[in-house]
Amino acid sequence: MDFLLDTTTSGEKIIVMLIAIALFVAVMGLVLWLADRPSVPRLVTVSGFVGPALLLLVLGLLYPALLTIIQSFQNTSKEFVFLDNYATIFGTPSFRTVLFNTALWVVLVPLLSTGFGLMYAVLVDRAFGEKLAKTLVFMPMAISMVGASIIWKFVYEFRPDQAGIQQIGLLNQLLVMVGFEPQQFLLSPPLNNLFLIAVMVWIQAGFAMTVLSAAIKSIPDEIIEAAKMDGVQGMAMFRYVTLPSVRPAVVVVITTVAMATLKVFDIVRTMTGGQFETSIVANEFYSQSFSFGRPDIGAALAVLLFVLVVPIILYNIRQMRLSEEQR
Amino acid sequence: MSETSTSKPTSALADADAVAGPSEMRKLSRKEQRSIDAKTRLTSPWASGFALVLAILWSVPTFGLFVTSFRPERAIKTEGWWTFFTAPEVSLENYDAVLNGNTDFAGAFLNTVVITIPAVVIPITLALLAAYAFAWMDFKGRNFLFVAVFALQVVPIQIALIPLLTQYVNFGIDSSLWVLWLSHSIFALPLAIFLLHNFMMDIPRSLIEAARVDGAGHVKIFFQVLLPLLVPAIASFAIFQFLWVWNDLLIALTFASTDLQPLTLKIGNLAGSRGSEWQLLSAGAFIAMIVPLAVFLGLQRFFVRGLLAGGVKG
Repeated sequence: MDFLLDTTTSGEKIIVMLIAIALFVAVMGLVLWLADRPSVPRLVTVSGFVGPALLLLVLGLLYPALLTIIQSFQNTSKEFVFLDNYATIFGTPSFRTVLFNTALWVVLVPLLSTGFGLMYAVLVDRAFGEKLAKTLVFMPMAISMVGASIIWKFVYEFRPDQAGIQQIGLLNQLLVMVGFEPQQFLLSPPLNNLFLIAVMVWIQAGFAMTVLSAAIKSIPDEIIEAAKMDGVQGMAMFRYVTLPSVRPAVVVVITTVAMATLKVFDIVRTMTGGQFETSIVANEFYSQSFSFGRPDIGAALAVLLFVLVVPIILYNIRQMRLSEEQR
Repeated sequence: MSETSTSKPTSALADADAVAGPSEMRKLSRKEQRSIDAKTRLTSPWASGFALVLAILWSVPTFGLFVTSFRPERAIKTEGWWTFFTAPEVSLENYDAVLNGNTDFAGAFLNTVVITIPAVVIPITLALLAAYAFAWMDFKGRNFLFVAVFALQVVPIQIALIPLLTQYVNFGIDSSLWVLWLSHSIFALPLAIFLLHNFMMDIPRSLIEAARVDGAGHVKIFFQVLLPLLVPAIASFAIFQFLWVWNDLLIALTFASTDLQPLTLKIGNLAGSRGSEWQLLSAGAFIAMIVPLAVFLGLQRFFVRGLLAGGVKG
């Protein structure tokens, strides 16, 4: 039965997968069968339905999260050190760069991708070829962030500026064509952060566009017709009709993208590995925990990530309440 | 994340369906006809043209890597991919090398498939049952528990990774397929329960009451009344979870042993160790992208529906 835990050949993997699914179906079937017998008390029935999910959440998310919070106040030999790990993070210049970069990401990615998404949603609304255009802009959402990183790393690829050597990266080729020297986009701080951020904007703009486009299309016709009768057109239409109508959706998109941005580490890890002063909290968490053998610092960074998400959520909830009151 | 959505999505959802779904054949009043005209009338050709140009520019980076993956190694490394159009050279060598060479992307592809299927099936099943209980069963502490599950969506998965790994090691199940399925399931549950609960609440209470009057138990109601009505909702979330697991890097990096590395991890490692081997990177990246892209293009309607219902996970 060793192969259940240690799968090496393709056949074993597929068999174990089928066993797992069969086992899961059998266990859930048994649980439901027991839960549905007329004689059992209602509590058992309820447990049959919510029990498995709650059990996994408590054991796999809640309890580990508590352990991590405790670890963040301890050193690597599990001695209580109060806020030392946090002091290290806020006091060391290299970590401060990480915090600064994270702030840059969390401010720029939501603003730029929502800005572009909104502009594009307005532009493409009722345009010829709307569906195709939206699909193309939305497509990066389906690609993995690792894939997106490879795509963009190739765009940024650098070849030294010598006779007989041609650029193979698109961006440097464009620079050379207009008479500039090719640049090492990913190696020179602090601008390299912006080139990484561009990748996330490229991915998230499609999401922003899709949600905002749906919001624009759900603006009641009467409102638009009435505005047109009053002679509202072009920019004024956007400023006084479209924007106020989609404002709640804009808030939702900005906060959603901000939260996604905080947790993303794939791009930094794949494109620079966090070197050249490009690390962000989510990436630094991984490096400290698994590469540098500092689970204490890693734990503090994970908690920090959690703490940073909370105000964004609270803002989101507050805005939702406000827009509901206005109705 | 989806705190977003309790109120907004219903209208957005209905709209997405109206736009995408097959329109019902019925007589339209003049007023309706006029409003449809207003919705479908095209904007200026300039705006259309500009929108299309932007969309094409948006796709150029992907297209460039795509073209590159079919060019011979020497050509890739000496001249830009755009020269392909003046001197086309096509070869499948890169795909052959990356699939069957020592990078073994064929094995990684299988790993991704084997990881993904149960990691989609298990959380959806568990979440459906839990969502049913939260929506249609009366029990003490129901509201508190539901809010607690809702709030768990906020927790970044990073915060649970290391203790989870320690637990797996203690149980002796680390670096097996089971921990990958388990981890993906756990992290998917809060969002899945929340989304499916929202969809379930849209089903008219009278349907469930009627079944109850006929003497149906909860299991029967769940399978015979609710499940058939929920198929589109389940499809939306399934696509979401599928893309998320297929494209995941963090969980694979933390829990997958060398034998079980999925595509994302292979490419990530390749980019780190052999970052200038563009013939391998480009072909590898497209092998990883092909399935999600096909799913996305084929089932975009469901995907958008899931998004609008607030299904964004980070």
